[in-house]
Amino acid sequence: MMSRLKSLGPWAMLLPAVAVLAVVIGWPLINLIIMSTQEYGRAQVFGAPAPFVGLDNFAYVLQDDKFWAVFNRSVVFAAVNVFLTMVLGTLTALAMFQMSKGFRYLTQAGLLVAWAMPQLTAVIVWGWMFNTEYGVVNYSLTEFFGLDYLGHSWFAEPLSFFAVATIIITWQSVPFVAFTIYAGLTQIPNEVREAAMLDGASAVQRFRNLTIPYLRPVFAIVITLQIIWDLRVFTQIYALQGLGGLREETSTLGVYIYNVSLGGGDYGMGGAISLIMVVLMSALSFYYVRRTIKEAE
Amino acid sequence: MLRKRLTKSLFAGFAIVVFVLSVFPVYWMLNTSFTPNGLTRQQTPSFFPTNFTLENFETILFDEQQTPFIPALLNSLSITLLTVTFALAFAFLSAVALARFQFIGRKTFLVLILIIQMIPGEAMIISIFRVVNDVNLLNSIIGLTIVYVATVLPFTIWMLRGFVAGVPQELEEAAMVDGCTRQQAFRRITFPLLAPGLVATGVFGFIQAWNEFLLALVINARPEMMTLPVWLRTYQQVTSETNWAAIMAGSVLMTIPVLIFFMIVQGRMTSGLVAGAVKG
Repeated sequence: MMSRLKSLGPWAMLLPAVAVLAVVIGWPLINLIIMSTQEYGRAQVFGAPAPFVGLDNFAYVLQDDKFWAVFNRSVVFAAVNVFLTMVLGTLTALAMFQMSKGFRYLTQAGLLVAWAMPQLTAVIVWGWMFNTEYGVVNYSLTEFFGLDYLGHSWFAEPLSFFAVATIIITWQSVPFVAFTIYAGLTQIPNEVREAAMLDGASAVQRFRNLTIPYLRPVFAIVITLQIIWDLRVFTQIYALQGLGGLREETSTLGVYIYNVSLGGGDYGMGGAISLIMVVLMSALSFYYVRRTIKEAE
Repeated sequence: MLRKRLTKSLFAGFAIVVFVLSVFPVYWMLNTSFTPNGLTRQQTPSFFPTNFTLENFETILFDEQQTPFIPALLNSLSITLLTVTFALAFAFLSAVALARFQFIGRKTFLVLILIIQMIPGEAMIISIFRVVNDVNLLNSIIGLTIVYVATVLPFTIWMLRGFVAGVPQELEEAAMVDGCTRQQAFRRITFPLLAPGLVATGVFGFIQAWNEFLLALVINARPEMMTLPVWLRTYQQVTSETNWAAIMAGSVLMTIPVLIFFMIVQGRMTSGLVAGAVKG
């Protein structure tokens, strides 16, 4: 009796957390799976029965050019952002490692400020800086660089819309990458580094043959997280669309789900796209989960 | 010699560029928020708040608005504080169970926690919206709070578990040898050592809930139930033709608590991590 109670004890302590997660994540997830096989529109939200349509929603989505346009756009956008973030973050980390203490603190202080900014305020503030009439960016490009940007509208066409989105996202993601990789760099034993220098290895050689192998797990985790975060980007795109219009050509996966379901009222279709996204993200995070569990045990 | 000086100034230049690029948007937000609205609507912006004013903050705080700031602030405060309280309590129980007991299903639970954390909220909004709608909790403090508790829990459990595991069990055992019961040993020895970890975890939960945009947008869409991020975006939509200075003042008010909290945890986090690493 006593021993049975003992083994129930830990589960009793997990109960509140399990209950909340079951209600807010588990139950909706099951709902999502069911809904994605139903014709589920506005009428069903108000209680009409939802007809079962099997995999029709998925078939429709996977043949829909609009979905693929959004999908490809999201992938390309994420790829560009991950690449830029990784390059800039790694460069910053390497530079921080070589700097004198004072300048390193200066760099870290700046990065912290950018990192700490709430995503939404970041978009609003950058939106103001890129404002067509009174934005500081247009003014500076014209005044200090002699370019003709007065009254230039950054949100009027998709490419420059995404350029601004990329600036905002990279600006906020570089700090995390820089700090994590910098922490990794400090873990490389000094003797190894010195030995490589004595052997006459150049900076590039040391980076390729020493830093990268040592930091491979760190890079892998950081890249995985960046891919996931940039693929599911919502706030930045949604809020930027509010500054310029142009919804159709600039929606990424998250925004598209929002528009199809809560905007357009087609919940069954939105559910199918959501489920595709869940599967995609789970596949992508497989490595991260396995790695983190291994480290924790 | 010359080469060394050159690389040194190169790194110094790099540091300054990174600093300026990182901080400029925040500086610009502050600068605009302290500038009279009329002066922000000129071809030539002023790079310093030479005509320093607080009128934009007065506009945000006291002027009659379609979407007023104060109720949104109160909503955000209540939801965030409730979220942190419940998430910490639930996560603490879970963390102790996970770090101090061996039981069947422990590892499964850990894996599940991580998987749940990786499920994108963007994909869950529709069905979370429906569940909250089914129990009639749309546009309420309670509804969004419960949803937020669930969204911050995985991370909170994970982080606290690390802190609990970092306090050596031998300390408790020593106290028990000295005549404490297990509960007493935990309360008097382990709990005080956990306080910094609890604070750090709580602050992280606070920041997450305070900044959350998408779920708040979907679940608490009614103007009087909006939280600050949704309020800020709505206010920007209504005002951006006329008063960017006031929008920046609103942004400042929403950002300041997060900036302060972030700086606090950053230090705590690093020292916590270092301590954990030293203990091996």
